[in-house]
Amino acid sequence: MKKHGKILLALLLILGISMLGGCGKNENSSDDQEKGGADNGVTATKNPSYGGSIVVGITQDLDSLDPHKAKAAGTEEVLFNIFEGIVKPDKDGNLVPAVASDVAISEDGMSYTFTLRDGVKFHNGTPVTAEDVVYSLKRYAGLLETVDPEVKVTSALSCISDITASEDESGKSKITLTLSEANTELLGYLTGAIIPKDYDKQADAPVGTGPFRFVSYTPLQSFVMEKNPDYYGDAAYLDKVTFKISADVDAAFLELLAGGIDVFPYLTSEQASQLTEKFNICVGTTNLVQALFLNHAEKPFDDIRVRQAMCHAINRQEILDMVADGKGSLIGSGMFAGFAKYFNADLVNTYNYDIEKAKELLTAAGYPDGFEMTITVPSNYQFHVDTAQVIVEQLKKVGVQAKIQLVEWGTWLSDTYRGRQFQTTIVGLDANLAPSDVLKRYRSTASSNFLTYNNAEFDEIFALAVAEADDAKKVAYYKQLQEILTNDAASVYIQDPASYVAVSKKLSGYTFYPVYVQDMSKIYYIETEQAK
Amino acid sequence: MRYYVKKIVSLIMVLFLIMLLTFIAFQVIPGDGAISRLGVDATDEEVEALREALGLNRSLPERFFSFLGGAVHGDFGKSYQYSKPVSELLTARLPATVGLAAISIILILVISVPLGLLCSRKEGGAADRAVTILTQTLMAVPAFFLGIIITLVFGLILKWFQIGGYIDPKVNFTGFLQYMIFPAAAVAVPKIAMTVKFLKTSVLRELKLDYVRTARSKGNTERVVLWRHVLKNALIPVITFMGMVIADVLAGSIVIEQVFNLPGVGRLLVVAIGNRDYPVVEAVVVYIAAVVLIVNFIVDLLYQKVDPRVRMR
Amino acid sequence: MKKQNQKNWSLIFGIVLVSIVCVFAFVGLFWTPYEPTAMSILKNKPPSFAHPFGTDNLGRDILSRVMDGASTTFLISVITVTIGLVAGTVVGAFTGYYGGIIDELLMRLNDTLTSFPSILLALVFVSVIGTGKYNIILALGVIFIPSFARVVRSEYIVQKELDYVRNAKLLGAGDLRIMFVHILPNTKPILLSSLTIGFNNAILAEAGMSYLSLGVQPPDASLGEMLSNAQTYLLNAPWFALAPGLMIVFTVLGFSLISENLK
Repeated sequence: MKKHGKILLALLLILGISMLGGCGKNENSSDDQEKGGADNGVTATKNPSYGGSIVVGITQDLDSLDPHKAKAAGTEEVLFNIFEGIVKPDKDGNLVPAVASDVAISEDGMSYTFTLRDGVKFHNGTPVTAEDVVYSLKRYAGLLETVDPEVKVTSALSCISDITASEDESGKSKITLTLSEANTELLGYLTGAIIPKDYDKQADAPVGTGPFRFVSYTPLQSFVMEKNPDYYGDAAYLDKVTFKISADVDAAFLELLAGGIDVFPYLTSEQASQLTEKFNICVGTTNLVQALFLNHAEKPFDDIRVRQAMCHAINRQEILDMVADGKGSLIGSGMFAGFAKYFNADLVNTYNYDIEKAKELLTAAGYPDGFEMTITVPSNYQFHVDTAQVIVEQLKKVGVQAKIQLVEWGTWLSDTYRGRQFQTTIVGLDANLAPSDVLKRYRSTASSNFLTYNNAEFDEIFALAVAEADDAKKVAYYKQLQEILTNDAASVYIQDPASYVAVSKKLSGYTFYPVYVQDMSKIYYIETEQAK
Repeated sequence: MRYYVKKIVSLIMVLFLIMLLTFIAFQVIPGDGAISRLGVDATDEEVEALREALGLNRSLPERFFSFLGGAVHGDFGKSYQYSKPVSELLTARLPATVGLAAISIILILVISVPLGLLCSRKEGGAADRAVTILTQTLMAVPAFFLGIIITLVFGLILKWFQIGGYIDPKVNFTGFLQYMIFPAAAVAVPKIAMTVKFLKTSVLRELKLDYVRTARSKGNTERVVLWRHVLKNALIPVITFMGMVIADVLAGSIVIEQVFNLPGVGRLLVVAIGNRDYPVVEAVVVYIAAVVLIVNFIVDLLYQKVDPRVRMR
Repeated sequence: MKKQNQKNWSLIFGIVLVSIVCVFAFVGLFWTPYEPTAMSILKNKPPSFAHPFGTDNLGRDILSRVMDGASTTFLISVITVTIGLVAGTVVGAFTGYYGGIIDELLMRLNDTLTSFPSILLALVFVSVIGTGKYNIILALGVIFIPSFARVVRSEYIVQKELDYVRNAKLLGAGDLRIMFVHILPNTKPILLSSLTIGFNNAILAEAGMSYLSLGVQPPDASLGEMLSNAQTYLLNAPWFALAPGLMIVFTVLGFSLISENLK
């Protein structure tokens, strides 16, 4: 057997995400109970009560109930309550053991070993076995003999050469991953759902191990789940949660005002300010990298001076003030601010707002009178559309005439993103809980490198960073990568936008995560209220 | 007999054209089911594999005719997005849309016939002018905006209905009706304006004819003349017009379903277009077109029944 | 005599309404109080002396945007209806007058387009010709042809059987002359009323395109674009919707009052 360096799980897993803000910081939720959890993003109170049901508003329909087939972030945030992986993220961005009770990574980064947690049961009552885990891992790593093309294969797991189940002396089930190349960051991808091996109705009646179990789903209407009484961990407070699918944010907002929805996560700052009577407004981060992405394959953005001029010409603080009432965190590179451990804060002000400098750079690049350009924006994101409108006004001051082109999301995906037919585009990019996931698209060979960024030094250091086992060195590498992006002015990085969540005043416990999930297991009715 | 054969042939022809047009539309607009399904993270290989699995890599004619073959048997295949049979998705969405259309049509008739008669009784009178200006104003408001105003006034301020609280007719039919009356009003109001205008013109024309004078000279009251004699004839052109309105109502319900959060066919269509879910779009388009055509066909028949002068051409 | 007065009254009312909008739109072509796209941090402010209609969610002056937007919407509607009217009249005249297989085919195509969802049609147009003010005009213009063609066609079918057409034929008039010199003037009443409805529909269609983000591209303004943006702010900034809403109502109401009196 291989020698495993027993690195303490907790030490390795702390990714160090600081939560910015949270419920209870809002002046309107000034009662004593609300203040307890202000610092860690939780509205903690002393007296949670069990029971009751709530309605949560969402605006995107689920794309599949099979967790391995669901691709939309809007689906993952719902299914988070039903399914769990080997590990799962907690509110601070740590990966904590879930279906596994223990994780060990060999020192050379070539193998991972998990111990199966005792007494974990699927929602249909059958206990979770090592075979189920091996099957699930193989399924979403694309290692099964017959690959279902609808399954979303996690490409980062392509370095796994083998997955085996075994039993140790004490009879505990172990699962071992063997890699073909060193990688110490795989845990962030092992949050994928563990599902029963011989169950083929996952897409109609999903079965997982999470704190809630599936009740019903009606496309375009609702997704209903109930408390899983057999959950091995901290049981959910609520008995029943209904995710109600609204046509758009405006429709959902009206329902919220009318009292049909108890929790709604995607408010604009303006909407949030109208809700303070019945709702507590929790403010967190969306963990997105919002930027004006520049296509390096398109003139004039192939010229670094033009890109730098763009960075100087755009006033990011003004954007925040105009579209988000000043909320949100400025960023200066391709990492979102919430990922504090890896976030290189020194880069935020590398390109300060400086029209004269922008003009100089443009003149040097041969565009003394500016140029015309197009900003492609997916029309379903009003936030990005508004950002684009502010940018158009700002660019006029350096003589750049920008035109906005709204495209539908399907068109954006195929032509803009995949086809790379654009000059500039505004969008917010999300990522898994691994620093490599945030930055991997800037590798020159990555198919997701839609800006056609090309820097050999970046590619080299990226490879080193992923393989590095020493934590401090790894952090240093990732900070260096961000610096390279900033120095190249890869794009005009704007902000990690603020997220506004309305939570009924009868409820408490809404928790922000550094990933895109809605954890319903921590929400509860405040005791003094009549829980229904 | 020949007439019916001709009508049916042209119905089939239009349905075929519709399917062809939808197919072409999907070739023209960017994106496909595989890209939309896989989103931002997918690699090129994954997209290729899913395209292969969905049959998107076959040649154009092959794809069209395989779909057409299925459609002839009433089988529209499986949704790319939901991995469920299209017919199942469509049937589940029907009650909301059919309910919306039916209630709006009833509202249109119930409100516009008395209003139309009222206006034509004294053309240019105070009532006529008030109704004209009111209906014309309402006609000028875009459907989505009217929907939002109705939601705000009746849902939020007066609380006559629960915003977004659609109730399945199978669960509670009265509740369903109570909710549907508001979106139906949003659909109906602009059409009422047009119907009133149309009916008024039609009644005024009839009133000038001889039989009205005869009826009056026999000592019938104005009310009897209007309701018993004139209305029947005046409604004939209105029936044709109603055929057009039904088509409009179906199309207009797409926006209204969005605003009122109704789980109807229109919202299914919007979502499916967004996801490039071709089988669903094709089925919905064919369904809407078929309904429109059949309604127009029935209107034609009715027209001949009430007015034998109309030649069957 | 009294009736005449009332007619005049509503004609004058209609003209006043349309003139108000026209003045806004016309002046908007050359001058607006502020740059219509200029922003300020004074967002969602209610009407004041500086901003008679208030400011929108990006602190832009709503009066300036309405002036600019009204001229855009006007331009779109007028050209759209013109395209639909001219092409529709030609198509309708030929199919109605000659009938036969071409008529049958065109009418089936007409049915097809009418029952085809406009969202999909608009998307197709936008994919082929792109977005922007002039592309919308083209797209809407084409979409409007069938309805005009249908109306004109049914009128021609009736008219061509009438005596004056037979007489003209006996006198040796050519088909084209009969179609456009003899019959066309007689379709004036029906054309006039479908013109009003068409104009109304063009304004609504532009608003609908904006609602679907397929219309005028931001930061340019049109009445429909402003109205569809305003819906989010109806509760805390109702003035945002008021100005473009009034403009649309004035235009549609004004034109229909005028056309009613011209009949």
